[in-house]
Amino acid sequence: MLTKLLSGDTPRSGLLTLLLLIVLISLAFAPFLFPGTKSLETAARICIFIVLVASYDLLLGYSGIVSFAHTMFFGIGAYGTALALSTTGPSYWSLIWGTATGAVVAAVFALAIGLFSLRVKAIFFAMVTLAVASAFAVLVSQMSWLTGGEDGLNYRIPRELTPAFKLVDEKILGVRINGKLLAYYLVFFASAALFLLMLRIVNSPFGRTLKAVRDNAFRAEAIGYRVVWYRTTATVLSAIMAALAGSLLAVWLRYTGPATTLSMEIMIDILLMVVIGGMGTLYGAVLGATLFILAQTYLQNLMGVAAEVTSAVPVVSTLVAPERWLLWLGVLFILSVYFFPSGIVGRLRAGRA
Amino acid sequence: MADNLLTLSGVHTLIGPYHILQGVDLSVPEGGVTVLLGRNGAGKTTTLRTIMGLWTASQGEIRFDNHLITKLDTPEISRRGIAYVPEDMGIFTDLTVAENMMLAAASGPLDAKRLDWIKELFPPIGTFWGASAGTLSGGQKQMLSVARAIIEPRRLILVDEPTKGLAPAIIKAMTDALRELKETDTTILLVEQNFAMASTIGDTVAVMDDGRIIHSGAMSELVGDETLQEKLMGLSLEAHQ
Amino acid sequence: MSDTAIKPRMEKVPFKEQFFQKLPVLLVPLLALAGLVAIGNPASWLTLTVAGLAMGMMIFIMASGLTVVFGLMDVINFGHGAFVAVGAFVGFTVLAWLAGWTASPSVMLNLGAVLVAILAAMLVTGLLGYAFERVIVMPVYGQHLKQILVTMGGLIVAQQMIYVVWGPDELHLSRPEAFQGSIVFGEAAIEKYRLVAVGIGLALFLAMGHILKNTKVGLLVRAGVENGEMVESLGYRIRRLFLIVFMTGSALAGFGGVMWGLYQETITAHMGSEIMVLVFIVVIIGGLGSVEGCFIGAMLVGLLANYTAFLAPKVALISTIALMVVILMWRPQGLYPVVKAK
Repeated sequence: MLTKLLSGDTPRSGLLTLLLLIVLISLAFAPFLFPGTKSLETAARICIFIVLVASYDLLLGYSGIVSFAHTMFFGIGAYGTALALSTTGPSYWSLIWGTATGAVVAAVFALAIGLFSLRVKAIFFAMVTLAVASAFAVLVSQMSWLTGGEDGLNYRIPRELTPAFKLVDEKILGVRINGKLLAYYLVFFASAALFLLMLRIVNSPFGRTLKAVRDNAFRAEAIGYRVVWYRTTATVLSAIMAALAGSLLAVWLRYTGPATTLSMEIMIDILLMVVIGGMGTLYGAVLGATLFILAQTYLQNLMGVAAEVTSAVPVVSTLVAPERWLLWLGVLFILSVYFFPSGIVGRLRAGRA
Repeated sequence: MADNLLTLSGVHTLIGPYHILQGVDLSVPEGGVTVLLGRNGAGKTTTLRTIMGLWTASQGEIRFDNHLITKLDTPEISRRGIAYVPEDMGIFTDLTVAENMMLAAASGPLDAKRLDWIKELFPPIGTFWGASAGTLSGGQKQMLSVARAIIEPRRLILVDEPTKGLAPAIIKAMTDALRELKETDTTILLVEQNFAMASTIGDTVAVMDDGRIIHSGAMSELVGDETLQEKLMGLSLEAHQ
Repeated sequence: MSDTAIKPRMEKVPFKEQFFQKLPVLLVPLLALAGLVAIGNPASWLTLTVAGLAMGMMIFIMASGLTVVFGLMDVINFGHGAFVAVGAFVGFTVLAWLAGWTASPSVMLNLGAVLVAILAAMLVTGLLGYAFERVIVMPVYGQHLKQILVTMGGLIVAQQMIYVVWGPDELHLSRPEAFQGSIVFGEAAIEKYRLVAVGIGLALFLAMGHILKNTKVGLLVRAGVENGEMVESLGYRIRRLFLIVFMTGSALAGFGGVMWGLYQETITAHMGSEIMVLVFIVVIIGGLGSVEGCFIGAMLVGLLANYTAFLAPKVALISTIALMVVILMWRPQGLYPVVKAK
């Protein structure tokens, strides 16, 4: 039953299973295990980024396509939901149609870019998506009459999902049972469902063909697979998933702006999460996103301490300053591409014997 | 028979997942023309590319002039005195004929006397000296490709199907040129599917099939022995006769 | 030997085909003309055209190395933008040291300061290019996916190192005296610095053309772009050639960085990634690997960006993307597709 839920793609490593279980249990009971606003924010971000990173892995790891437009799709989803909620009011209906519209628009964009540039080399696709995505980000921040520009959009969501809505008057296990908690579980279960769906996709015949195309496009073409069709479909699916993750973010934050959805920094974060977690395995997305966001939130404090300690040594203290944590991640990233292209998950699975 | 200039023993070459050469043993005697025959896909081009270092042999040894060259890189192999005329001719179409020749003279300026001799062998080289190599016809490109290989004195030239797709008159010019080249102490390893042409110029012959040499000996022996021809032709040259 | 039988024959390229081959060159004046019609006012048009050409020249300086590196070894360096930023920071630092020269009214001293700054920037970025090629690019030759990822990682690290060395704030610097202000032609005011940029860019383009056409290294680069294996078979080490080209390309990116920095008078650590978008568009439009295409692409992008910035400021960047799409529909491999034998 459990294997079926995971589409037969089990973690295949004791330690990996353990880590995944820890992540799952921590996220499932986050409001009770780690009370406090900051930890709940972090938990929700992890859920959303697991979906976002997994959807990127669908491209990078399973199809061998490098795209820099993933945040664009993420943003389209977020803005779709945000615009629907802010123009037609905080109803479930606007939430649904906004989310659906975002996903459809993302799919159409992905289809256009895919048909346009997937025929040629990987490098070409990477360059085109980079250009298109940055143009899109600029466009969004300039169309302030619609998108709120750099300031972004603040809007209301259905009342049942806000802290103002009290489900039970008393606290349970010291936690207030309110709309915020409901919103968290909406994010959690939606993310879990999307993740399982993606697991199903990559383990379907379609997913297996995708890997065959990645490994040897020439041969796949010779056998009779339409390579462009497979790649384009993967791009579209991945874009839809990213858009849905964007919608979750829009609901959770009750705010959508360029900095939280479209920026190049987020694109680079996603890249780091996929590679460090492990390309070509969706469980890598879980570990990559979790570790990265925890590090982003908490490691910086640790580095602050290190900088404090080494403050007497001029160069070292700048190198370990909390703002410089991306430097070390960058180095780690390069090393992982060289030495552990299958990331943490690959390491864990290899060490299973 | 003179000493062998080049010997391959038990050479295996893998291209990606494909095992193309499966233990090639080949000897090229110094100072003559060795013809390598075989049907498409037998591994002839791969053999030449492996000698040239463009593919690396995974097993076996290649000796040139009694030195092991198996693991050397292509530029080093070229500097030791092996030139290569690839099947696609490898002309730099963006450059002029003169520039193509100039680059081929890797060790220094063009030798005027040698150039005159080449222009005599291949008149179009002189005629189109300043023209863009991309505008040459197929036969002219083939001539340029061979001319490039011999602009500096080389000990061994690897020539891959120099007559492929060319008109009979140009095939004759090419054959004449190779024959004249043979007179100048240059050893030639020639891949050829045109047996008529190969038999007039070759001294020794090797026949390949499925990544191995299945026959080798003197060309005269093969020309004289019709049963053997039939056996090997049926195997290797069926489509070309 | 029968001369008649092998009568030399040149394949005649029909006029029509020749015309279409040359057509991309005409795009620049055509675009300028369209700009004149759309803008209407000749004075503003002249100002914008010079601004566009200046911007195009600077992008060309930065993009040229990238395109040749790709042509030669099929390597696209996504970290190229880091060299732009590092060049700008080194250049600004040198100019700040030479404040006495830049503030002086003497044109010679001003020029000298800028020259020293450019040379320092090129030296540093050239050496950085060496390290980048050896450490980051070399282990992943021929593996496109890893190449993109690793050079992207290099970009992150390089940007962070700029923060470490120069601090997190952006730098400001005024242009030297001689390059400030404008020259007035009739009603059109043209910034002096833009004219300087056009002059330098043009000189560089001509110099590159000369090197590629008339020197052995240049010929080898062109030959290598078309067929690297054959270059090796003739006895040349293409890897060494590639290293030289990579370092030159990096040094040019640093050069462009100083020029761009002086143009904006403000530089940030992530300026490189912003400019890279334009650089990529230019390289794609021109045809990956083609220097001429890169030059024409840069002019088109520079002009179009300036015209649209005047006519409809909000769509400036989108317009260059639109240009890229239109050109790729017309020529899927860019304006000057590079012949690849492989």
